[in-house]
Amino acid sequence: MRKATLFAGLVAGFSTLAFSSAQAVEIEYWQYVFDTRVKAMDQLIVEFQKANPDITVKQVTFPYADYQTRVVAANMSGKGPDVMQLFYGWLDKFAVGGILQPLPKDTFPHDKIESDFFPIVSAMKRGDDYYGLPTAVRSLALFYNKKLFTEAGLDPNTPPKTLDEFVAAAQKIAKHDASGNLTVAGSTLDMGGQDHQWWREVLIRQFGGEPYTDGDKKVTYDSEAGLKALSFYTSLQLEKKIGQVGFMDEGQAAFRGGKAGMTIDGTFRLGSFKSIKDFEWGVTELPANAEGIRSNYASYFANGISAKTTGEELEASKKFLAYISSAEAMDIWLKTVGELPARRAAAMTEANLKDPIYGPFLKGLEYAHTTMFMDEAAQRQNAIDMVNRVFLEKQPVKDSLKQAAEAEQAIIDAAKP
Amino acid sequence: MAAIEEQGAAMGRPNGSPSGGPTGGISSRLSMQTRRLLWVWGFLALPILFYTVIRFYPTLQAFYLSFTNWDLLRPAKLVGFANYIKLFKDPQFWKVFKNTFTYLIVGTPISLVLAFAIAYFLDRVRFMHNFIRALYFLPFLTTAAAMAWVWRWFYQPPPIGIINDVLGMAGIPQQPFIRSPDQALFSVMVTAIWAGLGFQIIIFMAGLRAIPSTFYEAARIDGLGEWAILRKITLPLLKPTTVFLVVFSSIGFLRIFDQVYNMTTNDPGGPLGSTKPLVLMIYQTAFNSYAMGYAAAQTVVLFVILMIVSLLQLFILREKK
Repeated sequence: MRKATLFAGLVAGFSTLAFSSAQAVEIEYWQYVFDTRVKAMDQLIVEFQKANPDITVKQVTFPYADYQTRVVAANMSGKGPDVMQLFYGWLDKFAVGGILQPLPKDTFPHDKIESDFFPIVSAMKRGDDYYGLPTAVRSLALFYNKKLFTEAGLDPNTPPKTLDEFVAAAQKIAKHDASGNLTVAGSTLDMGGQDHQWWREVLIRQFGGEPYTDGDKKVTYDSEAGLKALSFYTSLQLEKKIGQVGFMDEGQAAFRGGKAGMTIDGTFRLGSFKSIKDFEWGVTELPANAEGIRSNYASYFANGISAKTTGEELEASKKFLAYISSAEAMDIWLKTVGELPARRAAAMTEANLKDPIYGPFLKGLEYAHTTMFMDEAAQRQNAIDMVNRVFLEKQPVKDSLKQAAEAEQAIIDAAKP
Repeated sequence: MAAIEEQGAAMGRPNGSPSGGPTGGISSRLSMQTRRLLWVWGFLALPILFYTVIRFYPTLQAFYLSFTNWDLLRPAKLVGFANYIKLFKDPQFWKVFKNTFTYLIVGTPISLVLAFAIAYFLDRVRFMHNFIRALYFLPFLTTAAAMAWVWRWFYQPPPIGIINDVLGMAGIPQQPFIRSPDQALFSVMVTAIWAGLGFQIIIFMAGLRAIPSTFYEAARIDGLGEWAILRKITLPLLKPTTVFLVVFSSIGFLRIFDQVYNMTTNDPGGPLGSTKPLVLMIYQTAFNSYAMGYAAAQTVVLFVILMIVSLLQLFILREKK
């Protein structure tokens, strides 16, 4: 009897072995190195393989600085990944360069994508095709230091709701020494951080303009609204003296160090701010303008399927991509990485919206815009230079804005595929 | 055993050099000589092969790429001199060009004069000589990135910048340093000079030690003053060392990158491009904008500059016979 069971077990063992070796498909998944992201993906792969024992997923990671180059180089040599992570802003290059294939419509029907995901997913669409789906999305919010709020006589539980309140609170918090040097900033000013997104997608819109038209291929901020937005931003340092570019080196460092009352930053900063021990901080939505208009900037890393993947690997990749953009995966991702779910249903749960930290970011997603960068680094640099010309070279705001708009148009035109 | 044989080959090479050919005449040694030559070339072939694959081939490839519009994604297409024309019309390039030469023209003489002065006096110091020398050499051993970050914090405005704190205590107005388009380049240059100083001091000191002391004794007996000794004996005899250091330091300043990049990471080469050297522009063009062809053209220009500057220096500082 025992022998028989043993034999049966052996046979069963062999047969599953034979079965899986006949069916086994290995696909490769690429993303950049970021501790929590890698861990979250490891966990997702384990779950996925449990449900699909015939598929093995191998995760390969590279440092962020190299990542894009690696993908492009691997694609040329034909040794790329099957499923890969990419920043939404790289899509133009990746789609034109033939690195990605359009998502197969059978597994990823368009109406489903459009109804289930946040509207910013449209940044992954070119022509009639989607090229990728995000697991998680990021948005901006206003972080504030409750200790500095209390010290300045402000209520730490009612953070500013409008731009006017924001400026007033910042002015109360800001401190200067006898020779006029800033010692505590009301709010950080750091165009190299997230301020350029704030200026571009939020302030310009709140002052009644639009940063770009024509699929973000035409710069339109050299306008009345753009001028008002830039004047508002530069006046924060020049007239209202609530902050200073380069104070404590970087905006996030000033906030971390407890030397800044407020800072505008993204979900990705949560991990770093969570280790702050010296003071309590809170998060609130980006300030609205006087008419109550709000805006936000959202971005994300999406996952797409390589153009070179076919046959069994393609089928496996489709399954894997479907899994990592499922609500279940998004929940794991939120818990491990702290990034917001990209599906409306997974994100807008009662618990998430009530969460004092995730809540403001999630509300921001509803009205967020996503800039379709052509050359993200150069466009960001352009915004930094625009503000620096006003601060350091005393160039009139109007001239600096005009120069920036022309330079950015040139960058976009040069990068057009 | 093999080492001795090789040494023999190396010593024997001038006689049986390729120009003369291994037809020395003594037939009994011919086979030996040929064998040695084979050994020599066998050993030499490895580095030559290595350099061909790692250095020369990519260099030639860069020349070719500079005439294409390669962007990593699509196959390269020849575009003639378009990249070069674009480069010479690009105001950013001229700004970067000016920055690069400011680093070179200001940085090299200052660092050499400083290094020589320190080496000259340190050479006479007996008290804690090794310790002081080690102190000067230490920055050279430190990672440029780590050092640049420390200096970056030194230069911060109040309340965290040490230099500004000291200035404040002395009643001198605060300086923006790396936040100012006028001061930033020199602030970065100071750190680069400081970082390279130790190496130059050591080389200068070795050069000073190599001058036979009999020359000095003779000069002193003849009643020459210190200044005259420095001018007539030390400096002329130190010329090979100086030539080496001038070329070495110039190439260093022309290729400056680490310090600039690390001190200005949130606005690389800023503010307003005032510290950006050519190498950083190449890096950004290639790996931020992925304009490989354009970046290759910039590389070729840098290559030509480096070559001209080096040849010019060797020519000016050449041994007059």
